[in-house]
Amino acid sequence: MSSEQTTKSPSNLVVLGSSAANGGDGLSEASCCCGPTRIIKVIQHPLCVCQPWIAGTLEASLRTVPVAKTKLQLRDVLGGWKVRWGIGRMRYQIAPGLYAVGQPNRESPVLVSANYKLSFDCLRKQLGGLHAWILVIDTKGINVWCAAGKGTFGTDEIAGRVNANRLDEIVSHRTLIVPQLGAPGVAAHRAKELCGFRVVYGPTRAKDLPAFMAAGMKATPEMREVDFNLLERIAVIPVELMHWAKWAFLVAACLLMLSGINKGGYSWNKVSSTGLLAGLVFLGTWLAGTVLSPILLPWLPGRAFSLKGLWLGVWLLFGLLAFCPILRENWLSVIGWGLLIPTTTSFVTMGFTGSSTYTSLSGVRREMRRAVPLQLIGIVGGIAAWLAGRFI
Amino acid sequence: MVLRYLRDVVTLKLDTSRCIGCGMCVNVCPHAVFRLESRIVTIADRDACMECGACAKNCPTSALSVQAGVGCLTAIIRGALSGGEPDCDCSSGSSCC
Repeated sequence: MSSEQTTKSPSNLVVLGSSAANGGDGLSEASCCCGPTRIIKVIQHPLCVCQPWIAGTLEASLRTVPVAKTKLQLRDVLGGWKVRWGIGRMRYQIAPGLYAVGQPNRESPVLVSANYKLSFDCLRKQLGGLHAWILVIDTKGINVWCAAGKGTFGTDEIAGRVNANRLDEIVSHRTLIVPQLGAPGVAAHRAKELCGFRVVYGPTRAKDLPAFMAAGMKATPEMREVDFNLLERIAVIPVELMHWAKWAFLVAACLLMLSGINKGGYSWNKVSSTGLLAGLVFLGTWLAGTVLSPILLPWLPGRAFSLKGLWLGVWLLFGLLAFCPILRENWLSVIGWGLLIPTTTSFVTMGFTGSSTYTSLSGVRREMRRAVPLQLIGIVGGIAAWLAGRFI
Repeated sequence: MVLRYLRDVVTLKLDTSRCIGCGMCVNVCPHAVFRLESRIVTIADRDACMECGACAKNCPTSALSVQAGVGCLTAIIRGALSGGEPDCDCSSGSSCC
């Protein structure tokens, strides 16, 4: 590593600078993973130096700044997978404060990021070979775009963090590169008044940052636009699955238990035969809706998500009717499933509006006003017809 | 394939008389809704707007207004149940950066 003069490897670093180096807040000794033997003295430790994604530290303006690695390790990748499945997502945070990549100097650019580790990882992995400062602000562990919508990725937080970290002593210029998707929470013209730094909006995707900086901090129209390609849609499927899983299993369990009802009273045999199958058909419908609607989104007819999901459900219904004779044991059962399956996929697909990158609040409200009453009729009517079919 | 949401529904409004043509809205819009023509901004693609609010927040002369929020079913349901505004309480990674 060429930066050996200025960086110390984590293993021989014993004392890290005072709290002021990182804006005065951060993690306490207890949250550090090194164990007590290596740390002689920790004064409001700004971050855990032995975090595996820290390459070392450098000195700038009499302060110690941690240097982040620009290559993700296996544990970073696995950590990203875990949070997409909803495991420990709200705890996937890093300490806010000033970080570095490469060997930045007083002229190096300052990039602003959120303290959600997945956001930070997305950023640093694109900065290989570059020298830059990264100012991580406190968004309570939420990604940039969502935090901007809530206002936690906001003007006051950025300005406060710039001032607390005395960024004016670290760099000679007065420019912050803020991710464009942070703009819903940041007023660029106010930031200048509050901290003296001018906000320049970077590209929407971190991978365009090197090209953006090489072009003199100019973004092309393509860099400004958010799309929602197949891989991005697939990446959010786990989030949707985990979000509705408990409800899907609850409905499946209800179908399972209700299937025992028939004209002869309650039959456990029915539960274990048709009931089990009914539960599985419902879970399969939910799973198919959750997985297929994001994948097929551009090709499903209609603009409203509920309509797209309805089409998916209709196709699924014909497929299931063809291959599962149990669904057509009588005409009421056909009506029941004919309502339940498209309604389920319609609702599940409408739920995907939250993970999509282009739906508006007014639009989803309008869609819900029309779709939700129909979906309620579909669910209640479907279960009623299916139940009535138990008595034939 | 371009993904488009519902027509004629968004609350985006532009007061052209206040526009100074700084182009900030063009910079922050993630869906290329605006176009800067002869030092004044026009709404070129209104239906592409997702009401994120970035343009209104960054307009130095308050020429733009929009009822900003999240187009998210769960948030709207949660808001309706609690009797308040749509409440987005997830850090879902629809975009990781």
